[in-house]
Amino acid sequence: MNKKANSATIRFRLNGQESQIVPSAGARLSEVLREELGARDVKIGCNAGDCGSCTVLLDGKPICACLTLAHQVAGRCVETLAGLHQGDETTKALAERFLDMGAAQCGICTPGMMVSAIALLRDNPSPSEADVKDALGGVLCRCTGYRKIIDAVMGAAPAASDVSGRVGDPIRHVDGPEKVSGQQAFADDIAPPGTLEIFIVRSPYPRARFELGDLEEFVATRDGIEAVLSAADIPGQNLFGVIPQFVDQPVFAETEARFRGEAVAAIVGMPETIRNFSPADFPIKWTELEAATDIISAQLAAASQLHAGRNNNVMCGGFVACGDPETAFSKADATVEGHFQSGFVEHAYIEPEAGFARMEGEKVEVYACTQAPVMDLEALEAILAIDRCQIRVVPTAVGGGFGAKLDISVQPYLALAALKTGEPVRLNYSRTESMQSTTKRHPSDMNLKIGATKDGKISGFNFYGEFDTGAYASWGPTVANRVPVHASGPYYVTDYRAETKGIHTNNPPAGAFRGFGVPQAAIAQECLFDVLAEKLGIDPLVFRLENALHEDMPTVCGQVFSQGVGIGKCLEALRPAWDAERSDVKDFNEKSETFKRGVGIAAGWYGCGNTSLPNPSTIKSGILADGTIVLHQGAMDIGQGANTVITQIFATALGAPVQSIELIGPDTDVTPDAGKTSASRQTYVSGNAARLSGEALRAQVLERLNVASDASLSFAAGVIRATDESGTRELVLAQLETDIEGYALRAEETYDPPTKPLDANGQGIPYAQFGYAAHLVVVEVDTAFGTVKPIKFVAAHDVGNAINPMLVEGQVHGGIAQGLGMALMEEYIPGSTENLHDYLIPTIGDVPPIETIIIEDSDAHGPYGAKGLGEHVLIPTAPSILNAIYDAVGVRIFQVPATPARVRAAIRAKSEPVAPL
Amino acid sequence: MAYHSPNDLASALDIAAQKSGIIVAGGTDVYPSAKQGVHPDFFLDVTRIRGLDGISSENGNLKFGAATTWSQIAHADLPPAFDALKQAALEVGSVQIQNAGTIAGNICNASPAADGVPPLLALNAQVELASAARGYRVLELADFLLGVRKTALARDELVTAIIIPPAPEAARSAFEKLGSRRYLVISISMVAATITCGADGRVIDASVAVGACSPVAQRLSLLERYLVGKRARDIEVGEHHLSPLSPISDVRASGSYRLDVVAEQCKRAIIRALA
Repeated sequence: MNKKANSATIRFRLNGQESQIVPSAGARLSEVLREELGARDVKIGCNAGDCGSCTVLLDGKPICACLTLAHQVAGRCVETLAGLHQGDETTKALAERFLDMGAAQCGICTPGMMVSAIALLRDNPSPSEADVKDALGGVLCRCTGYRKIIDAVMGAAPAASDVSGRVGDPIRHVDGPEKVSGQQAFADDIAPPGTLEIFIVRSPYPRARFELGDLEEFVATRDGIEAVLSAADIPGQNLFGVIPQFVDQPVFAETEARFRGEAVAAIVGMPETIRNFSPADFPIKWTELEAATDIISAQLAAASQLHAGRNNNVMCGGFVACGDPETAFSKADATVEGHFQSGFVEHAYIEPEAGFARMEGEKVEVYACTQAPVMDLEALEAILAIDRCQIRVVPTAVGGGFGAKLDISVQPYLALAALKTGEPVRLNYSRTESMQSTTKRHPSDMNLKIGATKDGKISGFNFYGEFDTGAYASWGPTVANRVPVHASGPYYVTDYRAETKGIHTNNPPAGAFRGFGVPQAAIAQECLFDVLAEKLGIDPLVFRLENALHEDMPTVCGQVFSQGVGIGKCLEALRPAWDAERSDVKDFNEKSETFKRGVGIAAGWYGCGNTSLPNPSTIKSGILADGTIVLHQGAMDIGQGANTVITQIFATALGAPVQSIELIGPDTDVTPDAGKTSASRQTYVSGNAARLSGEALRAQVLERLNVASDASLSFAAGVIRATDESGTRELVLAQLETDIEGYALRAEETYDPPTKPLDANGQGIPYAQFGYAAHLVVVEVDTAFGTVKPIKFVAAHDVGNAINPMLVEGQVHGGIAQGLGMALMEEYIPGSTENLHDYLIPTIGDVPPIETIIIEDSDAHGPYGAKGLGEHVLIPTAPSILNAIYDAVGVRIFQVPATPARVRAAIRAKSEPVAPL
Repeated sequence: MAYHSPNDLASALDIAAQKSGIIVAGGTDVYPSAKQGVHPDFFLDVTRIRGLDGISSENGNLKFGAATTWSQIAHADLPPAFDALKQAALEVGSVQIQNAGTIAGNICNASPAADGVPPLLALNAQVELASAARGYRVLELADFLLGVRKTALARDELVTAIIIPPAPEAARSAFEKLGSRRYLVISISMVAATITCGADGRVIDASVAVGACSPVAQRLSLLERYLVGKRARDIEVGEHHLSPLSPISDVRASGSYRLDVVAEQCKRAIIRALA
């Protein structure tokens, strides 16, 4: 019998239950599962089969639900993570192993990873690493670097231990269970089915003038469309930005779009209407204008000016100088110069920007993925022109951020639509929208000259870099300022000059991306160090150790640390691998013609927190009358582990086990501002606030009971017991008055890092602490194809004190995977690579084993000595790979990504004499 | 918009003869190429048509039903001449894609970088087509593929099978894929080689096909002729063997890079097939 089934009911088994649906023709299985059957554990990352996060089992086989016609499941069995986790023992065991390895960071890829792994484990309970890679190769992860996932699927010995969770304990992520069971709600998982949706009309051109047609008539004559929004609908200022002096980006462009993908209007309508809406039906007339899409043409006199007052499209610059580099060059025995370039890099978190908003009385509530809820609130306050007490920002779980979710994206559209319609609304960026419209890593064009004396001491350093900041400022000024402070690397450089410029173009805005420009500068500096060391005949590791910063030596900003300068220890830690791997590589290369191996090293440093600016975090905690300890944990956890690390610090300060602490997350109504998740500041800054909050709460208990400061506390229902040498005393909480939130005891504490402004030459105290890193990599180059395969990393990181060593490893693995991508494959080209099959990030088959060496050079300012880590990791990765390529095949790559074509061209240029003209 | 899922071919062909619809099997190319707001008149799901999936022998040929998935091919018990096809099957996207994507979908999508096409060309594959109006016809795969996203499929036709004529028992094959990462990667270039050697180790017959270096994957006839009579150790592949190729530059690599590497890639595929 043939089915002609436009409105026929489809019956199938979903997670063992008989289910029925009435899908529209062409509906995707993913959409039907999520919206009609509540299976929000099926995640949508790309809608194109490129990321695998929507993987479900169809009759036991993994498929992408986003590519499957809903009709095709008729009579078949579909299983998703949430269902498997409820009933399937293999899944439950795998979930425990994911928790024990820290294999889920942000958790957005976890359902796809686990479901794919279940299909493998059912066939093969003891898979090899190769089996795991083949089975999971279709699921992308941007956080973990995949190694912990491989370990979890293979059943490696647990990295986590089941202990109280004091500082230093490798406990499981406190928010892990929701992630491995499919229960975690991300930004697109909040809205009830049937909620009004938003479609954003975007510029198809890098630069274009436009005229909107009759929008009122458009709304009036279209079924299912509730409202249209444009610049005219913005009650406050039609601008946002993250740096007060550079608030320059409109919510909706008004007459001219400055980059491809810029929003010009939005349609609010029924889900079916939005899904079927054709952009061609929107009343708008475009006139394409000549665009400046590179920094050279943007600075020409003929180029159009993107912003008034920014002459030649120079947004701003940064500058640090000390000593006299020109004189130092004249005294140097060797000088080297290099010109380095890098392209746009896309954050490529697996969760595209999404959110939900609704009116709650007079108040607009915005639920969205973000790294900076209070900054979002402040931006909305200006855009909506309403008092901040009428706005509530509630962050959802965040499926990866890496910097781009510091800027607002969906938030103003959601708030405006909720205010205009009075109805709940949702917005979920498509992968292409996410890639077109949100920020990128700045492309760089850098010139560097370094000199050294024959004994291997740096003698003169001059850096000049231009950064393509795109159409709007975003975090461009931060990049311009951070790079000159960091471009020396973690070395003692007495004669130094570093200048940067941020240049506007008609490209997407470049903003914050793990490292704020420092990874680009490190490529120039660390690669040129190898050139210089070779010229001097000095071993690259020895050369770095010779110049490494130590305590009591000034940085290029004149800052002197009397403690906590761990770069020497990081470099020393690489020495055994440096010796052993180079020897192995030599043996390998003697026997191999086409494939050549090489070893490379590079180092890096990174200042934690804002550069010479106030940067406070506030952490509130309290104890309810029933004895529950509550931590208002406002530091956004975007997968890096703030929920776990901040809780461990607080628990240690209070003297309570982590398991006894109840978390309330960031919510601008109930949780104080712990600042943004940026600049590797949460462990350090919010960690200190959590420590102070825990200590203050503890002090209140000790004082009330009049016990010794080292008394041990125990928390039971309605009572706190303190035990010291004099015995045990009890604090009965019911006897205390409670405040309006129900707290019998409470403590709210703020920490702000001690910094000092930089003068005109960049001299001052930019950061209270730096973290340090050094990486070693072994690569194999296929000389015929120019392909580069990293086969091993050794990564040494000075983290001051590892609050949770398992999470430290997780950050190291994930940062290396991103650095590897930047080095070898990632380049965003507006208009060309706006999806995850043309824009490539590393897969599970691309990240080799990583040995993490944790160095703990305690920091005087860090909580329990801890330093930040997140951004530090990918700083040395790319230059270490480029240095290893040179070691393998003798060619220097000055432009990343070092694609097979670029590496092969360099190999050919070296091996073939230049043809006469 | 309508959804049709006929169980028999005759009904499917009647539907295909109607207005402009989309034929869908695994959906792995249909959805990624869908445009916001653009809708076909109908979806014709071919996955429930009896006899359209699976591998069978017919008149000495091997017949791959149009809706045979890449996973079915990768795990099928096939002669060594099909090793290149099986290796290519494991490079089509990911496991998820291989479980859904079909052999006919891969050729009908007519991407220059379709991983399935070079091994099929190297096996002298034919395409069986059917329409309600004109019945069956069979085309050489090389004649079916006309250009980038262009095939000889008439508007009212369906591909019903891919037919592989018998290869010599001694034929061996290998597939080489070059991409910028390990999994889920569109090929920069790829090569399939099917080689038959005599007892003396000399090549008797060779088929070499290259993908992603021309609008449609190409057999390298000059190279194939050169290979006859050669032993593995004598084989050198040079640019003069590559004449039908005309690689373009795209986001994955430049045209000159593709030409540069593909000779070596051919050699590796041939040597692996001979090994």
